[in-house]
Parts: sequence; structure tokens; C-alpha cells
Amino acid sequence: MIAQKFEYTAPKSLDEALHLLASGAKPLAGGMSLIPMMKLRLASPEHLVDLRTIQDLNFIREAGGQLHIGATASHYEIESSALLRQKCPLLTETAAAIGDVQVRNMGTIGGSVAHADPAADYPAALQALEAKFVLKGAKSERTVSAADFFVDAFATALEPGEILSEVIVPIDDARTGTSYQKMVQPASGFAIVGLAARVRVNAGKVSFVRIGVTGLSNHAYRASGAEKTFEGKTSSPANIQAAAALVAQGVDANSDLHASADFRRHLAVVHAARALKTALSRIA
Amino acid sequence: MNINLKVNGKSYSPDVEPRLLLIHFLRDVAGLTGTHMGCETSLCGACTVELNGKAIKSCTMFAVQANGAEIVTVEGLATNGKLDPVQEAFWNEHGLQCGFCTPGMIMASKQIIERNPSPTEEEIRHGLEGNVCRCTGYQHIVNAVKAAAAGAGK
Ligand SMILES: Cc1cc2nc3c(=O)[nH]c(=O)nc-3n(C[C@H](O)[C@H](O)[C@H](O)COP(=O)(O)OP(=O)(O)OC[C@H]3O[C@@H](n4cnc5c(N)ncnc54)[C@H](O)[C@@H]3O)c2cc1C
Ligand code: FES
Ligand code: FES
Repeated sequence: MIAQKFEYTAPKSLDEALHLLASGAKPLAGGMSLIPMMKLRLASPEHLVDLRTIQDLNFIREAGGQLHIGATASHYEIESSALLRQKCPLLTETAAAIGDVQVRNMGTIGGSVAHADPAADYPAALQALEAKFVLKGAKSERTVSAADFFVDAFATALEPGEILSEVIVPIDDARTGTSYQKMVQPASGFAIVGLAARVRVNAGKVSFVRIGVTGLSNHAYRASGAEKTFEGKTSSPANIQAAAALVAQGVDANSDLHASADFRRHLAVVHAARALKTALSRIA
Repeated sequence: MNINLKVNGKSYSPDVEPRLLLIHFLRDVAGLTGTHMGCETSLCGACTVELNGKAIKSCTMFAVQANGAEIVTVEGLATNGKLDPVQEAFWNEHGLQCGFCTPGMIMASKQIIERNPSPTEEEIRHGLEGNVCRCTGYQHIVNAVKAAAAGAGK
């Protein structure tokens, strides 16, 4: 399986890359989604710009009370980051659940988010974290929330010529517990469904909850109905179940050879309950 | 396009088409046929090599992306005819039958032990999720990784 011919540039600076992208080139990050598509000739870009050679896109740091993750941070770099493990364990847990070691060594958070596969893992966690994405073009820079970024299957708020340069997530205090629970499609490793929960308890009541869902529909979303039902209640098993029961409500569920729409909805409810329960058990 | 890379300590400066996959460079240009092409679709891990210390699937990378990199293939493990501890362990524990998956299994196993010198059985199985074997049923492969980790620690 050989890709169609293309030109390849490995720029050193972001400016050089953005300049090339403005004239129609396509970014290449870890290649874990793009190269298989090129080999199958589902994608035939004429010019690839390698982002992995740009030092300025590879970082994981804390600044201004938030965590900033550069586009080319690999799934492995995120999974093994001591800073993230301490301050955003939901991301390290999610990264560790992606594909396999070889995929995690190459694949990047920017590539996964930009690709917006409906079965990708990060989008659930990034919805639950209310992440922000910095999008840069040759002459523009804007910040888009996860809620506005994921538009449809493989469709995002990215405009032609723009790259996602950075992911920004909040730092939660110790009263917050998180968990990512995934039903794995065993051949590929992708999520049949993936549920990310982020819960805070105050004076015996659930004071804050965010639930991100991936795999169920065309794009990852926040289950706001379930969140509203759970907030203000105690974290009893019955209340967890009542909230989880709502995560798939009103959603047009995907159906494929791995799972029918009804089975996917069922899996989403089961994994939502697991994610909430595990997140609650992790509150310090 | 002209690139420079090192494979098993030896420098190469080939002129390659950007669409040449790393595995094709290794097998067809450098003549290192120890790295196997199994599925061609990023799923089986037979093509696993080490790129700057990280296990990667060489069927899912263009050779141009390895410009400036150091690569180790299964041929680079033994020194002066003496097998690497992971190779030795696969031999002792019968970690293979037909041997097709073995180069990839060994490269992935090295990565497991480098990152975690005493992995549990569960950690070994998690670490080998990207590698498929159609013969062994994995049990002897897991035993080989355990044995290699135990031996490498001595
Ligand atoms: C065997 C296998 C198993 C996998 N299992 C899983 C899994 O379980 N869960 C999961 O979530 N994913 C899985 N993946 C996908 C993997 O996570 C990819 O790494 C990810 O989807 C794409 O990231 P990448 O860095 O490889 O991007 P690439 O493949 O290089 O690029 C993907 C797309 O995004 C664009 N792009 C890349 N970076 C940027 C950027 N910074 N800004 C704008 N556009 C950009 C590219 O132009 C391309 O269109 C798997 C992949 C494989 C091969
Ligand atoms: S040949 Fe590369 S993963 Fe199968
Ligand atoms: S030994 Fe035959 S495929 Fe693994």
C-alpha cells in the first residue's frame, strides 16, 4: 500500500509552517490517522508539513493557573507526564487508554483533536474538562471551547490554513475526582463508547459535575441533562444511576458492526455510572 | 529528498521519495529484512522498530519523518553473536512458533522492560496490545518477557 506522491517539508518554525499551510499544504503530526488514510488513498494531500520538527509545539506546562499542552505532545508524553498525573489525572488516564504503545509513542493530542474521529478517546475527557483550543493561522489566532470545536464526524471548527497549536485545561482542586471509562473495540483499540466524569462534592452534596461522551454519536459531547440531574443531590447509588440513565437521551446513536445503536446507548449508561462512581471514589 | 539517519549504528544518506515507508527503506534499501511487514495497516506490530528509543510501527511512518533519527531493528540487538537478553528469553521460553511476529514482539518487549523493569503479567499484556501473534496464544511470549525482565535486573 503506497500513498500517492506528495511533497514533504519539515519546517523548524511555526511561522514557516503556517505560511505553507496558508497556501494549501496539510499538517502531518504523528501520522497515526493520516498515514493509514493516505495508504488507502482516502486522503491524497499534495504537500505535507511535518509539525513534529517544530520545537515550539512540543510542551506540557503550567501557566496562569491552567495547564497548557502543545499540539505535538504525544499520547505517551501525556500519559507519562508527572505534572499532568498530579494536576489533571483525567488526561493521563485517557492517554493511557488510547490504542497501543506504538500508537501512543507517535500519535499526538493535536492530531487526535483535529482529526475528530467519533470514536477517539481524548474528546470525551476534553469535553468534561471544558478544554480550550488555541487555533492559529498565518494571520490569525483565536481560542475555541471544546463545546464549540467538535462539529460533526471528522469535522471541527478549524478553518483551512489553521492549526490547533495548544490545548488548555483547568487545574482542579483535591475535592474533584475524575475517571475515564471505555468500552474497547478489541481489534483497533478505539472506543465503542468512552465516558469521562469530573465530580466535586461539597458538604455531602454533588456540587459540580461534568460528563463527556465519545463513541456514541457523530462527535463527542457533554451530557448536560445528566449533569443537571446529579448536581445538588447526594452521591448515592440510586442518584448515580438516575443521572447515568440520561447520558444518551436525545442522542442519535451510531450503529455499526461492532455495536447497534441500542447497545451503544446501553453501554453509555453503564459506563457513565462506572465513571461517576470511580470519580467519586477518587475524591481526596 | 535527501535524508540522513542511523540504523543499528550505521549511517545512511539515501535519496528517497517522500512516500517511501520506513519499513520499505529498511527492508528494500538498507536490506534489513528482519523487520517484517504483516498487516500493512498499523494493527499487527510485526514491523515494530525503535526510533530514538521509542517503539513505533515502521509501516505507518514515512522514511523522511525519520530524518536525523537513530533506528534500531531486531538485527541491531545482538552484539558479536551474543543475543540480547530479550532474544535469549524468547529462545529459552519458546516465545515463538513460526517466528513471523517475533521481531516486532521483541522490539515491543524491550520497550516494556525499559520503561518498567519489573512488569506484572497485566502490564506485559497491556504493553503488547499493539502486537498480534497467530501461533503461540501469547502465554509463552508473556513468560519470555517476564524472564527477560528478571534476567535483565540481575
Ligand atoms: C492501530 C491504531 C489504534 C488507534 N487506537 C486509538 C484509540 O484507541 N483511541 C484514539 O483516540 N485514537 C486511536 N488511534 C488514533 C490515534 O490516536 C491518532 O494518533 C490520532 O487520531 C491522530 O493523531 P496524529 O498525531 O497521529 O495525527 P495525524 O495522523 O498526523 O493527523 C490527523 C489529522 O489531523 C490533522 N492535524 C494533525 N495535527 C494537527 C494540528 N496540530 N492542527 C490541525 N490539524 C492537525 C492532519 O492534517 C490530519 O488530517 C489509533 C490509531 C491506530 C493506528
Ligand atoms: S505491518 Fe505494521 S502494524 Fe502490521
Ligand atoms: S509465532 Fe507465528 S505469528 Fe507469532
